[in-house]
Amino acid sequence: MESTLLAYYFRLGLRSLRRNMVLTGLMIAAIAVGIGACMTALTVFRAMSGDPIPQKSKQLYAPQIDNWGPDQHAGGSPDRLEPQLSYIDVLALMRAHAAKRQTGMYASLQSLRPADPAQKPSKVFVRAAYTDFFPMFDVPFKYGGPWTATDDESHAAVVVITRDTNDRLFGGADSVGKIIRLDNEPYLISGVLDDWRLLPRFYDLAIRPFGDGDAIFVPFTRAIDKHMRNTGRTECNGDIDPGWEGRLKSDCIWLQFWVELPTAADVTTYRAFLNNYAAEQQRLGRFHWPPHTQLRDVRQWLRYRNVVPSEVRILILASFGFLLVCLMNAMGLMLAKIMGRAGDIGVRRALGASRRAIFAQCLIETGVIGFAGALFGLVLTALGLWAARSLLTKEFVALAHLDWADVGITVLLAVTSTVLAGLYPTWRAAHVQPAWQLKAH
Amino acid sequence: MELRPILSAMRRNKAGAILIGVQMAITLAILCNALFIIQQRVALSKRPSGTDENNIFVISNQWVGSPPDLAAKQQGDLAALRGLPGVVDAVASNSYPMSNSGSTEGLKLNPDQKNESALTALYLTDEHGLQAFGLKLVAGRNFNADEVVDKFGYTDYRPPSVVIITRALADKLFPGKSALGQGVYFEGIPKQVPVVGIVDRLQVPWTQAGGWGSKFNDNSTILPFHFVNAHMDYIVRVQPEQAGRIAAVMKDAESKLIQADRARVLAKTQTLAEARAAAYQDDRGLVVILSVVCAALVAVTAFGIVGLTSYWVSQRRRQIGIRRALGATRNAIVQYFQTENFLIAAAGSLAGVGMAVALNLWMVSTFEMERLHTGYAIIGAILVLLLGQLAVLWPALKAASIPPALATRAA
Repeated sequence: MESTLLAYYFRLGLRSLRRNMVLTGLMIAAIAVGIGACMTALTVFRAMSGDPIPQKSKQLYAPQIDNWGPDQHAGGSPDRLEPQLSYIDVLALMRAHAAKRQTGMYASLQSLRPADPAQKPSKVFVRAAYTDFFPMFDVPFKYGGPWTATDDESHAAVVVITRDTNDRLFGGADSVGKIIRLDNEPYLISGVLDDWRLLPRFYDLAIRPFGDGDAIFVPFTRAIDKHMRNTGRTECNGDIDPGWEGRLKSDCIWLQFWVELPTAADVTTYRAFLNNYAAEQQRLGRFHWPPHTQLRDVRQWLRYRNVVPSEVRILILASFGFLLVCLMNAMGLMLAKIMGRAGDIGVRRALGASRRAIFAQCLIETGVIGFAGALFGLVLTALGLWAARSLLTKEFVALAHLDWADVGITVLLAVTSTVLAGLYPTWRAAHVQPAWQLKAH
Repeated sequence: MELRPILSAMRRNKAGAILIGVQMAITLAILCNALFIIQQRVALSKRPSGTDENNIFVISNQWVGSPPDLAAKQQGDLAALRGLPGVVDAVASNSYPMSNSGSTEGLKLNPDQKNESALTALYLTDEHGLQAFGLKLVAGRNFNADEVVDKFGYTDYRPPSVVIITRALADKLFPGKSALGQGVYFEGIPKQVPVVGIVDRLQVPWTQAGGWGSKFNDNSTILPFHFVNAHMDYIVRVQPEQAGRIAAVMKDAESKLIQADRARVLAKTQTLAEARAAAYQDDRGLVVILSVVCAALVAVTAFGIVGLTSYWVSQRRRQIGIRRALGATRNAIVQYFQTENFLIAAAGSLAGVGMAVALNLWMVSTFEMERLHTGYAIIGAILVLLLGQLAVLWPALKAASIPPALATRAA
């Protein structure tokens, strides 16, 4: 009984929509345009603010240590901490081995030349890291595997290359055991990565966090031996000895450092360890200030570093305001439409239709409009994303494609917002006085 | 025009009037903030770099291996580049404007000072720098050849013998007096470095809105160094009459360098005009997107007004007919709807200006954003009022064309 009645309301709703095509079309268009704008901005935002490593984001932490002192953090560091560490501290933390896994790292632009000297050299991002890097970040391998901890200790000339690099240099064949030349020095390939993409590349946000990234990985110890220059940010304070050795002995900050702490107890222990380390540095006379350290997991880190650019937030604001205007517009049109039908409703009420029945019928009508708006809105969203991709750099629209979740959000947003906007007109319809309407006509 | 009947009619139709008013308020709030952002981003992307942009290209050069005679090789390259037909001058530099990568330094006026007096970008070039970048020297002199020494990479902290600074930096460091002959101190170096020249303008390498560099956009310092490093940029300036075939000169230059030594990667050769387009791509994108949103917003609001007013007109056909029969002119009917819309729009604008300011204040506190100038709120309010008048015109004219005879017909 209920379902046949619903089907009847549905048919009534459709008929009423068909009766005034222009008004219906205008309503659907208004909702579709608003939804399209909103979902375009929201899809970009979701792609940029997502969790790059959901299975482990609560176990990976970036330690911070104030090695400059409270007076030296000029320019935009309200918590008096910097996002990177010095070589001295990274080396000490690596030696302490207080976490399950840990790696210091940095990026360096190097010339890459395949074994075949006929091929032209190219410039690539090389990431210097410890072997823990690969299991820590769940890096998938296609051929071979990471280098060993022994390779780290012996400063071995080994590399792991990405799948893209392997495709370019070796046509996708298994290249484990082959040689490539970085800055003219030979390196043995120990592994080839499978497709691997972190969005954003949270472990080093200074270099194109959404763009193309590291092509080759080398042992940190080897990179330091070879004086591979840091391509990211290097910030120095005070008097520094010249040369590479001077840089290593200095309090310049230029290295990223990540640890893996599987349990809450590990996190507590590591926090204490960090503070003890800073306290010890104070006792040794290196720090002239009380310990000031911090430990943030991946999501906290992304928030802390403001990874979503303000432009995207501006677009979100503008598009949601726009949707609001579109909805109010549709609401006005619905009001006009429903009040224009006050006579019909009056007749139905007089013939015994309950308020609930009228309410249900109008609700279904607005639901149908919302659904139609969602469908057209999806098309507009796809169009908007295409436009955004052609207008903005990769940094903004990294992989901003519609996935099923986006489609779901679109339909849900369109239908609920339309029904919400339709509530007042519907309520008005349900309160049409049958007698008054009949009298007037 | 009598306001009372309009107000009492509106009171009977509250929902519609409120809907239109709120729509106009939101439209106004978004519109003036968006226009403000658009104007700011356009101004941002038009900031002059101070260089002879149209006639300059940059070759990004990375040496393969570490050749021991890097300094000599570099001088050889530069001689080859300067010898190319159509080239005015060429220089090696660590960075260039709009490259979004470079070095900064906090300059001090005395060595014991705790905080720096000014942040500045550093450009490391020899005595060809001014000529190659096409900078305008407004006071003092260029570097002498004997003041220029080799500087090996980024871990070589030797101080410069002299510096040339931009006018903006000179004004910041030495307000109200000439910077020439004054001295500055570099971080961790107790030696005073004299200022020997002032250039009109040279932008820092960073261009991002509200980003690093936006707070000292024109504070640059030129240091007399041959920058000897595995990676650096060759800045090449061509004669203005060669600007049309700058692409050809770029090709010549690249093949000349490869010919001289193959052990290098020329990763990116681009004109400064291309660097500008790339540096401001997102700003232009934002401008386009916001413009489209603004246009759509105005259109949707206008349609909303047309729709609701048309509905009101159709509801009041009989009353309008009666008014016409009682002697109201067509003009009076049009004016009625225009006044009604004006009242709604005025209330909407008032609320909208408040919302616009609130929205702007929130953006100021959340991300790097300037305060909204009052002019934008006023312009926005006027636009919204005009928009309302324009949108209401068609339904109002339709209402005016209702014949007085309608009053005599039965409903």
